[in-house]
Amino acid sequence: MLKDQTAIVGIGETRFAKRLEDTEWALACQAIKAALDDAGIDPSEVDAMGCFNQETTPEFDIARSLGFGDVHFFNQVAHGGGAACGVLGQVAMAVACGVANVGVVWRSRKRGDPSKRQWAGVQPRIADHWKWSRPHGLLRPVDEVAVTMRRYMHEFNVTREQLATVALSQRAYANNNPKAIMADKTLSLDDYLSGRMISDPLCLYDNCLESDGAIALVLVRSTDVDRHQQPVYLHAFSQGMSPQHQLMTDYHGHNPLQSSSWTTAANLWRQSDIQPSDIKLAQIYDAFSPMILYCLEAYGFCGRGEAADFIADGGMSQQGRLPVNTSGGSLSEVYLHGMNLLTEAVRQLRGEAANQVAAADSCLVATCDSTPNGAVVLRR
Amino acid sequence: MINDLPLPVTNDPVDHGFWASALQSQLVVQRCSGCRLLRFPPRPMCPKCQSSDSGWQVMSGRGKVWSFATPASPLLPAFEALTPYVTAVVSLDEHEDLRVVGPLLLAPGGDIQGVRADQLSIGQAVSIEFKRLADDVALPCWVLEPSGRQGE
Repeated sequence: MLKDQTAIVGIGETRFAKRLEDTEWALACQAIKAALDDAGIDPSEVDAMGCFNQETTPEFDIARSLGFGDVHFFNQVAHGGGAACGVLGQVAMAVACGVANVGVVWRSRKRGDPSKRQWAGVQPRIADHWKWSRPHGLLRPVDEVAVTMRRYMHEFNVTREQLATVALSQRAYANNNPKAIMADKTLSLDDYLSGRMISDPLCLYDNCLESDGAIALVLVRSTDVDRHQQPVYLHAFSQGMSPQHQLMTDYHGHNPLQSSSWTTAANLWRQSDIQPSDIKLAQIYDAFSPMILYCLEAYGFCGRGEAADFIADGGMSQQGRLPVNTSGGSLSEVYLHGMNLLTEAVRQLRGEAANQVAAADSCLVATCDSTPNGAVVLRR
Repeated sequence: MINDLPLPVTNDPVDHGFWASALQSQLVVQRCSGCRLLRFPPRPMCPKCQSSDSGWQVMSGRGKVWSFATPASPLLPAFEALTPYVTAVVSLDEHEDLRVVGPLLLAPGGDIQGVRADQLSIGQAVSIEFKRLADDVALPCWVLEPSGRQGE
Protein backbone atom coordinates (compact mmCIF):
# COMPACT_ATOMS: atom_id res chain seq x y z
CA MET A 1 0.00 0.00 0.00
CA LEU A 2 0.91 3.61 -0.48
CA LYS A 3 0.26 4.38 3.18
CA ASP A 4 2.90 6.71 4.71
CA GLN A 5 5.52 5.61 2.18
CA THR A 6 6.05 9.13 0.86
CA ALA A 7 6.32 12.53 2.48
CA ILE A 8 5.93 16.12 1.36
CA VAL A 9 9.18 17.83 2.35
CA GLY A 10 8.93 21.13 0.49
CA ILE A 11 6.32 23.71 -0.40
CA GLY A 12 6.75 26.85 -2.48
CA GLU A 13 4.55 29.70 -3.63
CA THR A 14 4.79 32.90 -5.59
CA ARG A 15 3.01 36.04 -4.52
CA PHE A 16 -0.75 35.87 -5.17
CA ALA A 17 -2.53 38.75 -6.92
CA LYS A 18 -5.26 39.71 -9.33
CA ARG A 19 -2.49 40.35 -11.80
CA LEU A 20 1.18 39.38 -11.88
CA GLU A 21 3.53 40.49 -14.63
CA ASP A 22 5.53 37.28 -14.95
CA THR A 23 4.51 34.51 -17.36
CA GLU A 24 3.03 31.21 -16.17
CA TRP A 25 6.35 29.62 -17.16
CA ALA A 26 8.33 32.01 -14.98
CA LEU A 27 5.90 31.71 -12.07
CA ALA A 28 6.07 27.92 -12.21
CA CYS A 29 9.86 28.04 -12.04
CA GLN A 30 9.77 30.42 -9.06
CA ALA A 31 7.33 28.25 -7.10
CA ILE A 32 9.20 25.02 -7.81
CA LYS A 33 12.54 26.58 -6.88
CA ALA A 34 11.04 27.86 -3.63
CA ALA A 35 9.67 24.40 -2.83
CA LEU A 36 13.05 22.76 -3.53
CA ASP A 37 14.80 25.36 -1.37
CA ASP A 38 12.28 24.64 1.40
CA ALA A 39 13.15 20.94 1.10
CA GLY A 40 16.88 21.56 0.81
CA ILE A 41 16.99 19.57 -2.42
CA ASP A 42 19.02 20.56 -5.49
CA PRO A 43 17.03 20.80 -8.74
CA SER A 44 19.37 18.27 -10.36
CA GLU A 45 17.95 15.60 -8.03
CA VAL A 46 14.35 15.93 -9.27
CA ASP A 47 13.34 12.99 -11.45
CA ALA A 48 9.53 12.91 -11.24
CA MET A 49 7.17 15.67 -12.36
CA GLY A 50 3.42 16.00 -12.09
CA CYS A 51 1.10 18.76 -13.23
CA PHE A 52 -2.41 19.56 -14.46
CA ASN A 53 -3.13 18.85 -18.12
CA GLN A 54 -4.29 22.47 -18.33
CA GLU A 55 -0.76 23.66 -17.56
CA THR A 56 0.41 25.82 -20.48
CA THR A 57 4.12 25.12 -19.95
CA PRO A 58 5.26 21.61 -20.93
CA GLU A 59 7.40 19.59 -18.53
CA PHE A 60 10.50 19.87 -20.68
CA ASP A 61 10.42 23.65 -20.53
CA ILE A 62 10.15 23.46 -16.75
CA ALA A 63 12.92 20.85 -16.47
CA ARG A 64 15.40 22.64 -18.74
CA SER A 65 14.75 25.95 -16.99
CA LEU A 66 15.27 24.69 -13.45
CA GLY A 67 18.16 22.40 -14.41
CA PHE A 68 16.63 19.03 -13.66
CA GLY A 69 18.80 16.06 -14.57
CA ASP A 70 17.51 12.75 -15.92
CA VAL A 71 13.72 12.70 -15.40
CA HIS A 72 12.11 9.27 -15.01
CA PHE A 73 8.42 9.95 -14.51
CA PHE A 74 5.98 12.63 -15.61
CA ASN A 75 2.21 12.73 -15.52
CA GLN A 76 -0.61 15.13 -16.14
CA VAL A 77 -4.05 14.90 -14.60
CA ALA A 78 -7.21 16.21 -16.22
CA HIS A 79 -10.37 17.93 -14.99
CA GLY A 80 -9.11 21.20 -13.48
CA GLY A 81 -10.36 21.52 -9.93
CA GLY A 82 -10.49 17.76 -9.53
CA ALA A 83 -6.82 17.25 -10.39
CA ALA A 84 -4.59 18.50 -7.55
CA CYS A 85 -4.64 15.39 -5.35
CA GLY A 86 -4.43 13.13 -8.39
CA VAL A 87 -1.25 14.86 -9.50
CA LEU A 88 0.28 14.48 -6.04
CA GLY A 89 -0.92 10.91 -5.54
CA GLN A 90 0.31 9.65 -8.90
CA VAL A 91 3.77 11.10 -8.36
CA ALA A 92 3.73 9.60 -4.86
CA MET A 93 3.00 6.16 -6.32
CA ALA A 94 5.89 6.50 -8.78
CA VAL A 95 8.24 7.53 -5.98
CA ALA A 96 6.96 4.94 -3.50
CA CYS A 97 7.49 2.05 -5.90
CA GLY A 98 10.94 3.20 -6.93
CA VAL A 99 10.38 4.37 -10.48
CA ALA A 100 11.71 7.74 -9.36
CA ASN A 101 13.14 9.35 -6.22
CA VAL A 102 12.28 13.03 -5.97
CA GLY A 103 8.97 14.37 -7.25
CA VAL A 104 7.72 17.88 -7.84
CA VAL A 105 4.12 18.83 -8.55
CA TRP A 106 2.93 22.29 -9.44
CA ARG A 107 0.20 24.55 -10.77
CA SER A 108 0.91 27.89 -12.38
CA ARG A 109 -1.96 29.96 -13.57
CA LYS A 110 -2.88 33.47 -14.65
CA ARG A 111 -6.61 33.94 -14.70
CA GLY A 112 -7.08 37.42 -13.30
CA ASP A 113 -7.62 38.57 -16.89
CA PRO A 114 -11.35 38.05 -17.66
CA SER A 115 -10.57 36.88 -21.21
CA LYS A 116 -8.73 33.89 -19.71
CA ARG A 117 -11.87 32.47 -18.15
CA GLN A 118 -12.65 29.16 -19.73
CA TRP A 119 -16.27 29.86 -20.53
CA ALA A 120 -15.19 32.98 -22.40
CA GLY A 121 -13.49 30.69 -24.91
CA VAL A 122 -16.63 28.69 -25.82
CA GLN A 123 -16.59 27.91 -29.55
CA PRO A 124 -19.47 28.49 -32.01
CA ARG A 125 -20.10 24.73 -32.21
CA ILE A 126 -19.80 22.42 -29.19
CA ALA A 127 -18.83 18.79 -29.84
CA ASP A 128 -18.32 17.39 -26.33
CA HIS A 129 -20.82 16.67 -23.54
CA TRP A 130 -21.41 20.37 -22.99
CA LYS A 131 -23.50 20.35 -26.17
CA TRP A 132 -26.35 19.18 -23.90
CA SER A 133 -26.32 22.22 -21.60
CA ARG A 134 -24.31 25.21 -22.82
CA PRO A 135 -26.43 26.14 -25.86
CA HIS A 136 -29.39 25.84 -23.48
CA GLY A 137 -28.05 28.55 -21.18
CA LEU A 138 -25.89 26.80 -18.58
CA LEU A 139 -22.79 28.55 -19.84
CA ARG A 140 -20.40 28.67 -16.88
CA PRO A 141 -19.40 26.35 -14.06
CA VAL A 142 -21.30 28.60 -11.63
CA ASP A 143 -24.52 27.95 -13.56
CA GLU A 144 -23.90 24.21 -13.44
CA VAL A 145 -23.41 24.28 -9.67
CA ALA A 146 -26.35 26.66 -9.16
CA VAL A 147 -28.56 23.88 -10.55
CA THR A 148 -27.43 21.32 -7.98
CA MET A 149 -27.44 23.84 -5.12
CA ARG A 150 -30.99 24.96 -5.82
CA ARG A 151 -32.05 21.30 -5.70
CA TYR A 152 -30.02 20.73 -2.52
CA MET A 153 -31.63 23.74 -0.83
CA HIS A 154 -35.04 22.45 -1.87
CA GLU A 155 -34.48 18.90 -0.61
CA PHE A 156 -32.87 19.87 2.70
CA ASN A 157 -34.51 23.23 3.49
CA VAL A 158 -31.25 25.14 3.38
CA THR A 159 -31.22 28.94 3.45
CA ARG A 160 -28.88 31.46 1.85
CA GLU A 161 -28.01 32.62 5.36
CA GLN A 162 -26.68 29.14 6.11
CA LEU A 163 -24.79 28.92 2.82
CA ALA A 164 -23.25 32.34 3.60
CA THR A 165 -21.33 30.70 6.43
CA VAL A 166 -18.89 29.25 3.91
CA ALA A 167 -17.93 32.61 2.43
CA LEU A 168 -17.91 34.36 5.82
CA SER A 169 -15.81 31.69 7.55
CA GLN A 170 -13.24 31.61 4.79
CA ARG A 171 -13.04 35.39 4.62
CA ALA A 172 -12.39 35.48 8.37
CA TYR A 173 -9.49 33.07 7.87
CA ALA A 174 -8.16 35.18 4.97
CA ASN A 175 -8.34 38.33 7.10
CA ASN A 176 -5.69 36.75 9.30
CA ASN A 177 -3.55 35.41 6.44
CA PRO A 178 -1.22 38.11 5.05
CA LYS A 179 -0.73 36.17 1.79
CA ALA A 180 -4.47 36.06 1.03
CA ILE A 181 -5.69 38.31 -1.76
CA MET A 182 -8.64 39.23 0.49
CA ALA A 183 -6.48 39.72 3.60
CA ASP A 184 -7.63 43.32 4.04
CA LYS A 185 -11.27 43.02 2.94
CA THR A 186 -13.78 42.00 5.56
CA LEU A 187 -17.12 40.43 4.65
CA SER A 188 -20.38 40.68 6.64
CA LEU A 189 -23.63 38.79 6.30
CA ASP A 190 -25.23 42.00 5.01
CA ASP A 191 -22.49 42.30 2.38
CA TYR A 192 -23.16 38.72 1.38
CA LEU A 193 -26.93 39.02 1.18
CA SER A 194 -26.73 42.24 -0.81
CA GLY A 195 -24.05 40.92 -3.15
CA ARG A 196 -25.10 40.63 -6.78
CA MET A 197 -26.38 37.30 -8.00
CA ILE A 198 -24.14 35.53 -10.50
CA SER A 199 -26.40 32.52 -10.91
CA ASP A 200 -29.23 32.43 -8.37
CA PRO A 201 -28.92 31.06 -5.66
CA LEU A 202 -25.19 31.74 -5.94
CA CYS A 203 -24.00 35.32 -5.47
CA LEU A 204 -20.63 36.95 -6.05
CA TYR A 205 -19.24 35.72 -2.71
CA ASP A 206 -20.07 32.09 -3.47
CA ASN A 207 -17.58 32.26 -6.36
CA CYS A 208 -13.84 31.75 -6.16
CA LEU A 209 -11.40 34.54 -6.90
CA GLU A 210 -9.87 34.93 -10.34
CA SER A 211 -6.18 35.29 -9.72
CA ASP A 212 -2.55 34.81 -10.74
CA GLY A 213 0.14 32.77 -9.03
CA ALA A 214 1.94 29.44 -8.79
CA ILE A 215 2.34 26.75 -6.14
CA ALA A 216 4.63 23.70 -5.96
CA LEU A 217 5.30 20.79 -3.61
CA VAL A 218 8.23 18.38 -3.31
CA LEU A 219 7.79 14.75 -2.35
CA VAL A 220 10.26 11.95 -1.49
CA ARG A 221 10.17 8.43 -0.06
CA SER A 222 9.70 8.51 3.70
CA THR A 223 12.93 6.55 4.13
CA ASP A 224 14.79 9.35 2.33
CA VAL A 225 13.57 12.17 4.60
CA ASP A 226 16.59 13.85 6.20
CA ARG A 227 16.84 15.47 9.61
CA HIS A 228 16.60 19.01 8.25
CA GLN A 229 13.19 18.39 6.71
CA GLN A 230 9.73 18.58 8.29
CA PRO A 231 7.93 15.67 6.65
CA VAL A 232 4.17 15.57 6.15
CA TYR A 233 3.22 12.00 5.25
CA LEU A 234 0.81 11.02 2.51
CA HIS A 235 -1.27 8.56 4.48
CA ALA A 236 -4.04 7.73 2.00
CA PHE A 237 -4.92 8.63 -1.57
CA SER A 238 -7.68 7.93 -4.02
CA GLN A 239 -9.08 9.36 -7.18
CA GLY A 240 -12.77 8.97 -7.88
CA MET A 241 -15.37 9.05 -10.60
CA SER A 242 -18.93 8.00 -9.77
CA PRO A 243 -21.12 5.75 -11.94
CA GLN A 244 -22.72 7.69 -14.82
CA HIS A 245 -20.62 10.74 -13.90
CA GLN A 246 -20.55 13.62 -16.36
CA LEU A 247 -18.05 16.45 -15.85
CA MET A 248 -19.66 19.46 -14.09
CA THR A 249 -23.11 18.68 -15.54
CA ASP A 250 -23.49 15.51 -13.51
CA TYR A 251 -27.26 15.53 -13.97
CA HIS A 252 -27.86 12.17 -15.60
CA GLY A 253 -27.08 9.59 -12.95
CA HIS A 254 -29.52 8.21 -10.41
CA ASN A 255 -28.76 10.90 -7.81
CA PRO A 256 -27.05 14.03 -9.13
CA LEU A 257 -26.48 15.17 -5.54
CA GLN A 258 -24.16 12.21 -5.00
CA SER A 259 -21.22 12.88 -7.28
CA SER A 260 -17.60 11.71 -7.49
CA SER A 261 -16.67 12.67 -3.92
CA TRP A 262 -18.74 9.75 -2.63
CA THR A 263 -16.66 7.34 -4.69
CA THR A 264 -13.37 8.95 -3.68
CA ALA A 265 -14.30 9.08 0.01
CA ALA A 266 -15.20 5.40 0.27
CA ASN A 267 -11.91 4.27 -1.22
CA LEU A 268 -9.90 6.85 0.72
CA TRP A 269 -11.26 5.82 4.13
CA ARG A 270 -10.90 2.13 3.18
CA GLN A 271 -7.15 2.67 2.99
CA SER A 272 -6.81 5.03 5.93
CA ASP A 273 -6.09 4.26 9.58
CA ILE A 274 -7.25 7.80 10.27
CA GLN A 275 -11.02 7.98 9.96
CA PRO A 276 -13.35 11.01 9.64
CA SER A 277 -13.91 11.11 13.41
CA ASP A 278 -10.12 11.40 13.90
CA ILE A 279 -9.55 14.13 11.32
CA LYS A 280 -8.75 17.51 12.90
CA LEU A 281 -9.22 19.78 9.90
CA ALA A 282 -9.95 19.70 6.19
CA GLN A 283 -9.10 21.60 3.05
CA ILE A 284 -11.95 21.23 0.56
CA TYR A 285 -12.00 22.50 -3.01
CA ASP A 286 -14.22 25.53 -3.18
CA ALA A 287 -14.52 27.03 -6.63
CA PHE A 288 -18.10 27.53 -5.42
CA SER A 289 -19.25 27.48 -1.81
CA PRO A 290 -21.81 24.62 -2.18
CA MET A 291 -18.93 22.22 -2.75
CA ILE A 292 -18.04 22.51 0.94
CA LEU A 293 -21.50 21.27 1.93
CA TYR A 294 -21.43 18.44 -0.61
CA CYS A 295 -17.99 17.26 0.53
CA LEU A 296 -18.68 17.49 4.27
CA GLU A 297 -21.40 14.91 3.69
CA ALA A 298 -19.59 12.79 1.09
CA TYR A 299 -16.48 12.46 3.27
CA GLY A 300 -18.56 11.47 6.29
CA PHE A 301 -18.30 14.50 8.58
CA CYS A 302 -22.07 14.81 8.73
CA GLY A 303 -25.15 13.00 7.48
CA ARG A 304 -27.17 13.71 4.33
CA GLY A 305 -28.60 17.19 4.41
CA GLU A 306 -26.87 18.09 7.68
CA ALA A 307 -23.92 20.09 6.37
CA ALA A 308 -25.69 23.46 6.40
CA ASP A 309 -26.54 23.10 10.08
CA PHE A 310 -23.00 21.85 10.74
CA ILE A 311 -21.40 24.99 9.33
CA ALA A 312 -24.07 27.39 10.57
CA ASP A 313 -23.32 26.12 14.08
CA GLY A 314 -19.67 27.11 13.61
CA GLY A 315 -18.39 23.68 12.59
CA MET A 316 -15.90 24.95 9.99
CA SER A 317 -14.49 27.84 12.05
CA GLN A 318 -11.13 27.74 13.79
CA GLN A 319 -12.70 26.63 17.09
CA GLY A 320 -15.24 24.35 15.40
CA ARG A 321 -15.41 20.58 15.09
CA LEU A 322 -13.66 20.65 11.70
CA PRO A 323 -11.90 23.86 10.62
CA VAL A 324 -12.14 24.03 6.81
CA ASN A 325 -10.06 26.01 4.31
CA THR A 326 -8.05 27.72 7.00
CA SER A 327 -6.01 29.89 4.61
CA GLY A 328 -9.15 31.42 3.11
CA GLY A 329 -9.27 28.86 0.30
CA SER A 330 -10.20 29.61 -3.28
CA LEU A 331 -12.91 32.04 -2.18
CA SER A 332 -10.60 34.36 -0.27
CA GLU A 333 -6.90 33.38 -0.42
CA VAL A 334 -6.19 32.58 -4.07
CA TYR A 335 -7.72 30.49 -6.83
CA LEU A 336 -5.07 28.13 -8.16
CA HIS A 337 -7.24 25.12 -8.90
CA GLY A 338 -6.99 24.08 -5.25
CA MET A 339 -3.22 23.69 -4.98
CA ASN A 340 -3.26 26.18 -2.09
CA LEU A 341 -5.34 23.63 -0.16
CA LEU A 342 -2.37 21.24 -0.24
CA THR A 343 0.19 23.81 0.88
CA GLU A 344 -2.12 25.01 3.66
CA ALA A 345 -2.53 21.42 4.86
CA VAL A 346 1.26 21.08 5.02
CA ARG A 347 1.64 24.35 6.93
CA GLN A 348 -1.02 23.26 9.42
CA LEU A 349 0.67 19.90 9.99
CA ARG A 350 4.02 21.65 10.43
CA GLY A 351 2.41 24.00 12.95
CA GLU A 352 3.22 27.06 10.80
CA ALA A 353 -0.21 28.19 9.57
CA ALA A 354 -1.53 31.73 9.93
CA ASN A 355 -4.69 30.29 11.47
CA GLN A 356 -3.06 27.40 13.26
CA VAL A 357 -5.44 24.71 14.46
CA ALA A 358 -4.42 23.35 17.85
CA ALA A 359 -3.12 19.78 17.79
CA ALA A 360 -3.45 19.51 14.00
CA ASP A 361 -2.03 16.07 13.33
CA SER A 362 -4.06 14.98 10.29
CA CYS A 363 -5.82 16.76 7.45
CA LEU A 364 -8.13 15.76 4.62
CA VAL A 365 -7.55 17.50 1.31
CA ALA A 366 -10.40 16.97 -1.15
CA THR A 367 -10.75 18.28 -4.69
CA CYS A 368 -13.69 19.35 -6.85
CA ASP A 369 -16.96 17.58 -6.01
CA SER A 370 -18.45 18.09 -9.48
CA THR A 371 -15.70 16.53 -11.59
CA PRO A 372 -13.68 13.33 -11.61
CA ASN A 373 -11.56 14.11 -8.57
CA GLY A 374 -9.19 12.92 -5.86
CA ALA A 375 -8.38 13.33 -2.20
CA VAL A 376 -5.57 12.66 0.25
CA VAL A 377 -5.22 12.19 3.98
CA LEU A 378 -2.04 13.88 5.17
CA ARG A 379 -0.56 13.39 8.63
CA ARG A 380 2.27 14.68 10.71
CA MET B 1 -15.31 35.70 -27.55
CA ILE B 2 -18.18 34.55 -29.77
CA ASN B 3 -21.15 36.84 -30.39
CA ASP B 4 -23.81 34.28 -31.28
CA LEU B 5 -25.22 31.51 -29.12
CA PRO B 6 -22.98 28.46 -29.16
CA LEU B 7 -24.68 25.56 -30.93
CA PRO B 8 -24.25 21.79 -30.73
CA VAL B 9 -22.44 19.78 -33.37
CA THR B 10 -25.33 17.76 -34.87
CA ASN B 11 -23.64 15.38 -37.32
CA ASP B 12 -21.98 13.12 -34.78
CA PRO B 13 -23.30 9.62 -35.59
CA VAL B 14 -23.85 8.94 -31.87
CA ASP B 15 -26.45 11.66 -31.43
CA HIS B 16 -27.46 12.73 -34.95
CA GLY B 17 -30.80 10.97 -34.44
CA PHE B 18 -31.64 13.24 -31.51
CA TRP B 19 -31.03 16.42 -33.47
CA ALA B 20 -32.81 15.11 -36.58
CA SER B 21 -35.89 14.34 -34.46
CA ALA B 22 -35.62 17.72 -32.77
CA LEU B 23 -36.03 19.36 -36.18
CA GLN B 24 -39.34 17.44 -36.37
CA SER B 25 -40.26 18.72 -32.87
CA GLN B 26 -39.95 15.26 -31.38
CA LEU B 27 -38.02 14.43 -28.22
CA VAL B 28 -36.30 11.06 -28.54
CA VAL B 29 -33.89 9.19 -26.31
CA GLN B 30 -31.81 6.15 -27.10
CA ARG B 31 -33.28 2.75 -26.39
CA CYS B 32 -30.93 -0.20 -26.12
CA SER B 33 -31.82 -2.91 -28.64
CA GLY B 34 -30.55 -5.53 -26.22
CA CYS B 35 -31.99 -4.74 -22.79
CA ARG B 36 -34.33 -1.87 -23.75
CA LEU B 37 -32.74 0.54 -21.24
CA LEU B 38 -33.53 4.14 -22.10
CA ARG B 39 -30.51 6.42 -21.95
CA PHE B 40 -29.73 10.10 -22.31
CA PRO B 41 -27.50 11.82 -23.33
CA PRO B 42 -26.67 9.47 -26.22
CA ARG B 43 -23.70 7.11 -25.99
CA PRO B 44 -22.34 4.46 -28.35
CA MET B 45 -22.78 1.59 -25.87
CA CYS B 46 -25.39 0.54 -23.34
CA PRO B 47 -23.94 0.94 -19.82
CA LYS B 48 -26.12 -1.95 -18.59
CA CYS B 49 -25.69 -4.71 -21.20
CA GLN B 50 -22.87 -3.28 -23.37
CA SER B 51 -24.86 -3.66 -26.56
CA SER B 52 -23.81 -1.31 -29.35
CA ASP B 53 -27.22 -1.56 -31.02
CA SER B 54 -29.78 1.08 -30.18
CA GLY B 55 -32.75 2.86 -31.64
CA TRP B 56 -34.62 6.06 -30.85
CA GLN B 57 -37.76 6.09 -28.76
CA VAL B 58 -40.16 9.00 -28.87
CA MET B 59 -40.90 10.50 -25.46
CA SER B 60 -44.08 12.23 -24.39
CA GLY B 61 -42.11 15.46 -24.01
CA ARG B 62 -43.55 15.97 -20.56
CA GLY B 63 -41.64 16.18 -17.34
CA LYS B 64 -41.12 17.94 -14.05
CA VAL B 65 -38.58 20.59 -13.11
CA TRP B 66 -35.72 18.91 -11.20
CA SER B 67 -33.92 22.20 -10.70
CA PHE B 68 -33.00 25.37 -12.54
CA ALA B 69 -30.56 28.28 -12.71
CA THR B 70 -30.92 31.94 -13.57
CA PRO B 71 -27.57 33.02 -15.02
CA ALA B 72 -26.64 36.71 -14.73
CA SER B 73 -23.62 38.81 -15.78
CA PRO B 74 -20.90 38.25 -16.77
CA LEU B 75 -21.99 36.08 -19.70
CA LEU B 76 -21.20 35.72 -23.38
CA PRO B 77 -22.85 38.56 -25.34
CA ALA B 78 -25.58 36.32 -26.78
CA PHE B 79 -26.59 35.17 -23.30
CA GLU B 80 -26.36 38.70 -21.86
CA ALA B 81 -28.95 39.68 -24.47
CA LEU B 82 -31.24 36.88 -23.23
CA THR B 83 -31.26 37.91 -19.56
CA PRO B 84 -33.35 37.47 -17.59
CA TYR B 85 -33.69 33.82 -18.54
CA VAL B 86 -34.08 30.54 -16.71
CA THR B 87 -32.55 27.20 -17.70
CA ALA B 88 -34.18 24.13 -16.23
CA VAL B 89 -33.08 20.55 -15.75
CA VAL B 90 -36.22 18.46 -16.27
CA SER B 91 -36.90 14.85 -15.26
CA LEU B 92 -38.94 13.16 -17.98
CA ASP B 93 -42.23 11.54 -17.00
CA GLU B 94 -41.09 8.26 -18.57
CA HIS B 95 -38.25 7.93 -16.02
CA GLU B 96 -37.07 10.44 -13.44
CA ASP B 97 -33.40 9.64 -14.12
CA LEU B 98 -33.79 10.84 -17.71
CA ARG B 99 -33.05 14.55 -17.35
CA VAL B 100 -33.00 17.03 -20.21
CA VAL B 101 -31.69 20.59 -19.97
CA GLY B 102 -33.51 23.43 -21.67
CA PRO B 103 -34.37 27.10 -21.30
CA LEU B 104 -37.86 27.95 -20.16
CA LEU B 105 -40.33 29.75 -22.43
CA LEU B 106 -42.98 31.96 -20.85
CA ALA B 107 -45.64 30.61 -23.17
CA PRO B 108 -45.89 28.19 -26.09
CA GLY B 109 -44.00 29.77 -28.98
CA GLY B 110 -42.66 32.41 -26.59
CA ASP B 111 -39.23 33.85 -25.99
CA ILE B 112 -36.37 32.60 -23.83
CA GLN B 113 -35.71 36.17 -22.77
CA GLY B 114 -37.91 37.62 -20.03
CA VAL B 115 -38.48 34.59 -17.81
CA ARG B 116 -37.80 35.11 -14.11
CA ALA B 117 -36.95 32.61 -11.39
CA ASP B 118 -40.11 33.34 -9.40
CA GLN B 119 -42.20 32.11 -12.32
CA LEU B 120 -41.38 28.46 -11.71
CA SER B 121 -40.54 26.07 -8.92
CA ILE B 122 -39.02 22.66 -8.47
CA GLY B 123 -41.50 19.89 -9.24
CA GLN B 124 -43.58 21.97 -11.64
CA ALA B 125 -44.94 20.20 -14.74
CA VAL B 126 -43.51 21.28 -18.08
CA SER B 127 -43.72 20.15 -21.69
CA ILE B 128 -41.14 20.37 -24.42
CA GLU B 129 -40.99 22.72 -27.37
CA PHE B 130 -38.18 23.03 -29.88
CA LYS B 131 -36.77 26.40 -30.91
CA ARG B 132 -35.13 26.58 -34.33
CA LEU B 133 -31.71 28.26 -34.02
CA ALA B 134 -30.03 27.09 -37.25
CA ASP B 135 -30.78 24.90 -40.28
CA ASP B 136 -29.62 21.87 -38.33
CA VAL B 137 -30.41 22.93 -34.76
CA ALA B 138 -33.73 22.90 -32.93
CA LEU B 139 -33.04 23.48 -29.25
CA PRO B 140 -35.15 21.70 -26.63
CA CYS B 141 -36.97 24.28 -24.50
CA TRP B 142 -39.56 23.88 -21.74
CA VAL B 143 -42.98 25.45 -21.36
CA LEU B 144 -44.91 25.52 -18.09
CA GLU B 145 -48.01 23.40 -18.25
CA PRO B 146 -51.29 25.02 -17.22
CA SER B 147 -51.82 24.64 -13.48
CA GLY B 148 -53.62 21.48 -12.50
CA ARG B 149 -50.92 19.02 -13.45
CA GLN B 150 -48.60 19.48 -10.50
CA GLY B 151 -45.57 17.43 -9.74
CA GLU B 152 -44.22 16.23 -6.42
